[in-house]
Amino acid sequence: MVVGSPTAREPGGSADPPVEQASGRSQRAKALVLALLGSWTFVVGAAILAFWIVDALIWRILVPYDPEAFASATLQAPSLAHWFGTDDLGRDVFSRVLAGAATTLTVAPAATALGVVGGILVGLFTGFYRGIADDIIMRIVDSLLAFPLIIIAVLVISILGPSVTNVILVIGIVFTPIVARTVRAAVLAEREREYVSAARLLGNSGPYIMFAEILPNITGPVAVEVTIRLGYAIFTSATLSFLALGIQQPSPDWGLTISIGRAYLQIAPWEVLFPAAALATLIVAVNLVADALRQVLEE
Amino acid sequence: MWRFLIKRAGLALVTLLCVSVILFAVAQVLPGDVGRAILGPWATEVQVRALDHQLGVDRPLYERYWTWLSDFLRGNWGESYLLRRPVDALVLDRLKNSLILGAFALCLIVPTSIWLGVVAALSYGKWLDRCISIAGLSLIALPEFVTGIIVLAIFAVELGWLPASAHVPGLNPLSWFRQLLLPSIPLMFVLFGYISRMARAGTVESLRSNYVRTAILKGLPRRTVIWTHVLRNSLLPTITVISVQTGYLVGGLVVTETLFNYPGIGKLVLDSAIGHDLPVLQATVLLVAILYMVLALAADLLYTLLNPRIRLSA
Repeated sequence: MVVGSPTAREPGGSADPPVEQASGRSQRAKALVLALLGSWTFVVGAAILAFWIVDALIWRILVPYDPEAFASATLQAPSLAHWFGTDDLGRDVFSRVLAGAATTLTVAPAATALGVVGGILVGLFTGFYRGIADDIIMRIVDSLLAFPLIIIAVLVISILGPSVTNVILVIGIVFTPIVARTVRAAVLAEREREYVSAARLLGNSGPYIMFAEILPNITGPVAVEVTIRLGYAIFTSATLSFLALGIQQPSPDWGLTISIGRAYLQIAPWEVLFPAAALATLIVAVNLVADALRQVLEE
Repeated sequence: MWRFLIKRAGLALVTLLCVSVILFAVAQVLPGDVGRAILGPWATEVQVRALDHQLGVDRPLYERYWTWLSDFLRGNWGESYLLRRPVDALVLDRLKNSLILGAFALCLIVPTSIWLGVVAALSYGKWLDRCISIAGLSLIALPEFVTGIIVLAIFAVELGWLPASAHVPGLNPLSWFRQLLLPSIPLMFVLFGYISRMARAGTVESLRSNYVRTAILKGLPRRTVIWTHVLRNSLLPTITVISVQTGYLVGGLVVTETLFNYPGIGKLVLDSAIGHDLPVLQATVLLVAILYMVLALAADLLYTLLNPRIRLSA
């Protein structure tokens, strides 16, 4: 399930002599960008992702119709006036597809950010200090991973009630231990290295070493984990919307639209097929970026 | 080898116990006032109290946990709040339906993915390898309801070949395909990505190994090298992935069964969670956890039996 390799480390790493560190770092960054631009999976993925991010920010300018305005022309097939047709309430499907990116691209990054920040904190502390807390947390991770995320989310959201905040919370909290595991594995490898012992001998405090010394050296695996988690977050939040446990009507959210529109699949397939295609392109784009990033960082 | 397996079984038991505690805790928060939820807002306070007492929800927590767990172990799973039916018959019937759907999907997709994964590895770096890898990567990522709705639109609505909502098939193998093919496609897509990727990685690794080079250099035909030297070793990690992904299947079933209206355990989890039907929800989720642990143990056992390096050490 965890696709990212926890042992991947930034090429070069901390082996560079400290004097050349500044120029070495910018050179490495340059090499990294060049390698990414040379990978067509990254270029295609990033282009599609950039399209949807821009769309999520400025859809208000792009939409030809108000995505929430009802009209009498319901369930119209795609035409010149309505490129993607109209839905069961006469709303323009093209406008709703453009507007629908905003919710997905708010919920999923927020949930990912929550999980990544939590995961970095927990991973750094458990990997650096080890001890009983480490054992207990790793057991919790194992039992969490033993359960399909959707089932956990269904359980929690049926208690707390369906809402955007609850979707972000449940995905973020489930992601925390998963990210923590990747971070911990990277920290375990780093803490044995000379620069950490040197920092200890200099009398630096534990938190300082963790955040100022180790964290910058594990950005590679963390970056890969972030993109992979973002893909899963989009997957999960869209699925929860589809199960009517996330964003509620009349939002043009893609998962929600598909859930409602499937009743009209026989007579107006465009109402669901266009949002489905939009969601598919976004998710595949994120995964292409994640895969390219992993490959480039591992080489 | 036995020590390893006993240790794994012990860990699985501890995890199950944790799951049961969490599930019980969830079940305590979930309903709020059980009696009120069942009787509705117009029942009197006295009626609600009486029902609470009858259901046993007014007793202390540890006592209720113990009663619930020991009842579960004895096969006494109570009665559904909503359907007023014994939980065990309901859950086991739904579980059977889901096993039929899951087994159907696995039987079709496991050989296909392993085959394509090995093909990709054998044409390493060529366009065929790229195509299979990108297809796998994209199919893993797509939510089941997206692929599900697309196949529904094509095969049920546009072409009309297969029914849009699935029923439990009869004994006729043709009816298996008719009823189960569409709902299993979204599951197969996700599984295909994981299994073919593992099969490819394992094959690439053993193709690069010294013993395969030796086998080639000693003049064995390519077919023999692949069948006896490469496949045996490359399929080991694939077995683990299949067991892990069988656990995933349960999550995927929630979505596909909802989309295709198939009466399985995934739909039961969703319906009982939304309807706050606690006895059903607890029994179903705990059963899923047990099933998952058993599968993981079975995979460990199979892995040790097939891998001489683990079998002979210890």
